[in-house]
Amino acid sequence: MWAAEIPAFVPLFIGSLLALFTRGAVRSILLLAIVIASGIHLWLIPGGIEVEMHFMGYDLMPYRVDELSLMFGYVFHIAALVGIIFSLHVKDTMQQASAPLYASSALGAVFAGDLLTLFVFWEVLALSSVFLIWARRTERSYQAGIRYLIIQVLSGVILLAGLLAYGSTHGSLAFEYIGLNGIGSWLIFLAFGIKACFPLLHNWLTDAYPEATPTGSVFLSAFTTKVAVYALARSFPGTELLVFIGAAMTCFPIFFAVIENDLRRVLAYSMINQIGFMICGIGIGTALAVNGAVSHAFNDIIFKGLLFMSMGAVLHMTGRINGSDLGGLYKSMPKTATLCIIGAASISAFPLFSGFVSKSMVMAAALEEGYHYVWLMLLFASAGVFHHAGIKIPYFAFFAHDSGIRTSEPPANMLLAMAMSAVLCVTIGIFPGWLYALLPFDTGYNPYDATHVLTQTQLLFFSALAFVWLNLKGLYPPELHSVNLDAEWLYRRFFPSIVGNTFARIRHHDAELRSKMMGKFYDFTHYLEQLYYPTSKSSQIRPTGYMVMWVAVLLAVYLWLLLSFVD
Amino acid sequence: MTSDKQHVFDKPRNVQRVLYLLYFCCAILFILDFIIHRHMMHPWEGLLGFYAVYGFVGCVVLVLVAKWMRTFLMRDEDYYDRNELDQRELTGGNHVGS
Repeated sequence: MWAAEIPAFVPLFIGSLLALFTRGAVRSILLLAIVIASGIHLWLIPGGIEVEMHFMGYDLMPYRVDELSLMFGYVFHIAALVGIIFSLHVKDTMQQASAPLYASSALGAVFAGDLLTLFVFWEVLALSSVFLIWARRTERSYQAGIRYLIIQVLSGVILLAGLLAYGSTHGSLAFEYIGLNGIGSWLIFLAFGIKACFPLLHNWLTDAYPEATPTGSVFLSAFTTKVAVYALARSFPGTELLVFIGAAMTCFPIFFAVIENDLRRVLAYSMINQIGFMICGIGIGTALAVNGAVSHAFNDIIFKGLLFMSMGAVLHMTGRINGSDLGGLYKSMPKTATLCIIGAASISAFPLFSGFVSKSMVMAAALEEGYHYVWLMLLFASAGVFHHAGIKIPYFAFFAHDSGIRTSEPPANMLLAMAMSAVLCVTIGIFPGWLYALLPFDTGYNPYDATHVLTQTQLLFFSALAFVWLNLKGLYPPELHSVNLDAEWLYRRFFPSIVGNTFARIRHHDAELRSKMMGKFYDFTHYLEQLYYPTSKSSQIRPTGYMVMWVAVLLAVYLWLLLSFVD
Repeated sequence: MTSDKQHVFDKPRNVQRVLYLLYFCCAILFILDFIIHRHMMHPWEGLLGFYAVYGFVGCVVLVLVAKWMRTFLMRDEDYYDRNELDQRELTGGNHVGS
């Protein structure tokens, strides 16, 4: 048998160490060789491996391989390979060493069999990925990275608290079905929820990912949130609360995406929307729904990576990413435009593209289980995702009004990486059986029946018609240089201003009090000065006669007293 | 220079062709609703052209609501930056990092 006992995260971990000490072509070849070798290693190991150990009174299982984790393991390798090819032109040790470490910790997390191991990789995920944001080396990215790191580490701390509470009540740290009962499981749920971008906890993603480097955001889009989706699928399938959280996540970000100017931030919002479908599927919890959630995670990593790559290529070549500054790029970047459109068609779930074969499972499951209103929300979100990611991204970057920017196609490695993802999107779309074979459940689902193809195509074409109509009528909101307030306002503006105001008030009173005291003190010293200064009363030189006179006065008073009180 | 070259969508006629193609597809898809018998699970699915209408109306509502949201959500581009960043760095927004 293959060296199955080598945990899947080890090769890429070694890769990141090697990337620290090598340069140039050697580093590129090493990284590529390691990620391919690691992928083959994972392909050859059979499911059902469980490595156990005993640590501090707990039975731990640092390495466990089963169908669910293998599926994520495969797609993480695809993402790592594509990401490394996409960033081959980069000469920056900070990024090239942290990206493999980031991928390796994602692998470690999905193959973790206990919560403590998960926690360790959960934190390494945060620590390694923040360098992909800081590598942009602007003050903005530095600040965004700090905020990202605080929230991610907070999620880890909550996970730790949760797993300790859970472990003490259940006597086990197994990373298995947990379900919502007891404070420990709620804390674990919250920790997963932060990384999975639950509503109001989502802003770290839309804040940090658009500030990362063009290549960094490709890696970022693949791992962190999908690890959280995996964790939820592992521990909370069938939790009804997730159905509603997921439905909310599919709907609210699309409004923000429509008015957002930074196209990578649009993608970040659409990522929350896509994760919403997965969360919803996990919440429904039937075999079909979980299959849908997991396969949609698989596809999303590929097509969202493709979209982030195409926007990364635009940013790399033009230095701009705002919709208001771009347009007409199809003239100078036709290949990138085509690849971007393939990604856009996939995320919009056009028939024959990958999103179609996975998202539909969640929708069908929602209907089967009687979540009719949720289904209507998901349908609305499906139309909406086509609107903001499927049309808006390619339209404002590559078409729309001609911005006058003339550039060229990105480097060959970027094009190759995008082409690989695009081929995967189409292949999975046409031959979904290949993807379905990897799924944890066998449901015999067939996405290509006449009803489904027709209804989905109708939905999408009439959404496109709506876009055209709104544009022709001049109702479509123009791209504007702006910031849109979101939940992050609470911690970027509101709390700082409250804390700032409180401190300002305290400082004000404090200053007032002290100035009053100092005033008194100055008055006193001034008085003393007046007494002892050369010209002041106590320092005056007086004639001796004064003294004689006063002695005489004293004597007179004394005598007078003697005379008055003789006895 | 290349900017003098005529590109596909520089001609309004070509843009119009794409739009006509879209209108044609929409019409065909709507007609197909009569021909293909859809199996239904949701009561609303039986309505004529439900998906077409839902997609169109949904997107129009989405855009109009989003546009309305701008009235109270939109701030200047440097809304956060002017508090968080050093003034010297304010130009660093869109630069390429790698």
